[in-house]
Amino acid sequence: MPEEMRVETMELCVTACEKFATNNESAAKMIKESMDKKFGSSWHVVIGEGFGLEVTHEVKNLLYMFFGGSLAVCVWKCS
Amino acid sequence: ELKEEITRILTANNPHAPQNIVRYSFKERSYKPTSVVDHLAVHFVLEGSLLHKDSDEARRLRIRDGLPKEDAPMENEAESDENHVETPATPVEDGGEGEEAGEEDRPDSVASKPDKKEAKCTNQFNFSERASQTHNNPSRDRSCQTEPPPRITFSVAANQWGIYDAYLEELQKQEKNKEKKKTTLLKKDNNTSKKKMTLMETQSDDIAKVGKVSKIIERMINQNTMDDIAQDFKYYEDPSDEYRDQEGTLLPLWTFQYGITRNFSVTALCWNNKYQDLFAVGLGSYNFSKQEGGMFLLYSLKNSAFPECIYYTTFGVQCLDIHPQHSYLVAVGFYDGCVAVYNLKEKEPHPVYKSTAKTGKHTDPVWQVRWQNDDMDNHHIFYSVSSDGRVVSWTLVKNELISTDVIRLSVNGAVTDGPNSAQLSSISHGTSFDFHKQIDNLFLVGTEEGKIHKCSKTYSSQFLETYDAHSMPVDAVKWNHFHPKIFISCSSDWSVKIWDHTINTPMFTFDLIAAVGDVAWSPYSSTVFAAVTTDRKYGFKLSPSVGLLSLCNTIKVKSVMSDTFPVQCSN
Repeated sequence: MPEEMRVETMELCVTACEKFATNNESAAKMIKESMDKKFGSSWHVVIGEGFGLEVTHEVKNLLYMFFGGSLAVCVWKCS
Repeated sequence: ELKEEITRILTANNPHAPQNIVRYSFKERSYKPTSVVDHLAVHFVLEGSLLHKDSDEARRLRIRDGLPKEDAPMENEAESDENHVETPATPVEDGGEGEEAGEEDRPDSVASKPDKKEAKCTNQFNFSERASQTHNNPSRDRSCQTEPPPRITFSVAANQWGIYDAYLEELQKQEKNKEKKKTTLLKKDNNTSKKKMTLMETQSDDIAKVGKVSKIIERMINQNTMDDIAQDFKYYEDPSDEYRDQEGTLLPLWTFQYGITRNFSVTALCWNNKYQDLFAVGLGSYNFSKQEGGMFLLYSLKNSAFPECIYYTTFGVQCLDIHPQHSYLVAVGFYDGCVAVYNLKEKEPHPVYKSTAKTGKHTDPVWQVRWQNDDMDNHHIFYSVSSDGRVVSWTLVKNELISTDVIRLSVNGAVTDGPNSAQLSSISHGTSFDFHKQIDNLFLVGTEEGKIHKCSKTYSSQFLETYDAHSMPVDAVKWNHFHPKIFISCSSDWSVKIWDHTINTPMFTFDLIAAVGDVAWSPYSSTVFAAVTTDRKYGFKLSPSVGLLSLCNTIKVKSVMSDTFPVQCSN
């Protein structure tokens, strides 16, 4: 991901996960909606502690990060 | 009686009006004289078609037509009233027609004046609606689709242990960074000394900056003055070529001269593969007794007034070659038999590698050098041929040149190191060589005796074949760039010959009435080649009827065809 986009997205994910610490769905919803507004449609977000993933994403539009020692967040764009 | 003056008075009285009228009044049962007699004489009456806007009838009409009630400006109506009244009173001189025209004009203008503020109350007799429609262009649908942004798949399994491992790695990285920071604290002392260095550099940087700018300006000025030539270089098409079937034209483009080089003759030329406007010129002397050192220069086509780089050498440069991939490596062969490699990237004027007597330099002038593909250890190799009868391959290993004799030329055949035969067979002097474009091992060597030997890099004891080519030294031998079997040779015996390497006799021979100095194939056509003699340049095109392509009258000796531009370069 381009550096600027990456930093912004990471911050957004951290905020969302802290805000909705108990509810992954709302956190994901918040992240997805903000990403759509900022960077264009359409974004997909997965938050969880254990999952497997195989997705097609637009080049340079994928972020996979860990949060809080146990949560994994994957954000990608594919219209 | 005629002189009597009779006065007449004009009055407004109607001469026909009776002066006294008496009427019988029934009321008073007597005749009464009317005191005032009307002097009005009506000469002309025309019933107009105008209605006052606010009159009953007009109002009724409007309601019927559905027009809105108007609060029209009073001036228009006042005007129309006046017009209406005036017309009957004016004396008629032209007759009724003038009046009619006048009256009709006025209703039009009156009718049009209220247009600005009200809807048109035009009468239906004089005005009728007409409409027309222009041709509208038909509409077309157009659509296009851009390429969607590229996509790839991504897969990951997110689980607790994966996350834990990632965090551990992160911790380790951070620890490493902390350690590095500690070590960098120690280096701070060095930095202060470096700062002093940088101060000095900034001063020289100013001059360096000016240098760079001035170089650009110099090039610009040169290009502007030589603009015509640059245009010709790229786009020259002589329209007269169409009329002369057998002949074409050769246009001399630039002359590159550098004052100091006047005593030298150009001995070598080479184009640079990477920077296609750059070429290298080697300067030396062909004269055996007058050897005064040499130079080699790098010129750019963008600046024909001054060379880009100048290197002085102790001996005359006989030949040079620029490495096809590493275009900063130049191999140079000298008159004294040394070969050297210069690295153009380095600022020093000395060669990076130089061969000495110990490392097996030639004992006679080196006539040609050629770079080859790197060997298996990725060292650069080049070959050289010299009049001492050896073709040597030089390998650049670290700081040295290591020489390997590839083949030794002799009159009878390759020299074999037998005890008896070695002394008797005389050494033949090599003057030129060329490597096959496709088959790496195959190369041709031309000799002073006029023979051409076909050799292979792998067989050092024998020639594959020998061609009795010429009666005088073979000055140049070149493989065709496209046809794998054809090569061309030229010699001081006035002839240029084209050969098929499987056949012992030449396919074509051209007699050029003067010693041919050099010949080169065109890089873009397999049937075109150029030849240069002591007094003329020739370009040949082989066609079913072999003919001359161009003629020129200048003294030239060497010719090299650039791989990219259809331009010959000679001195």
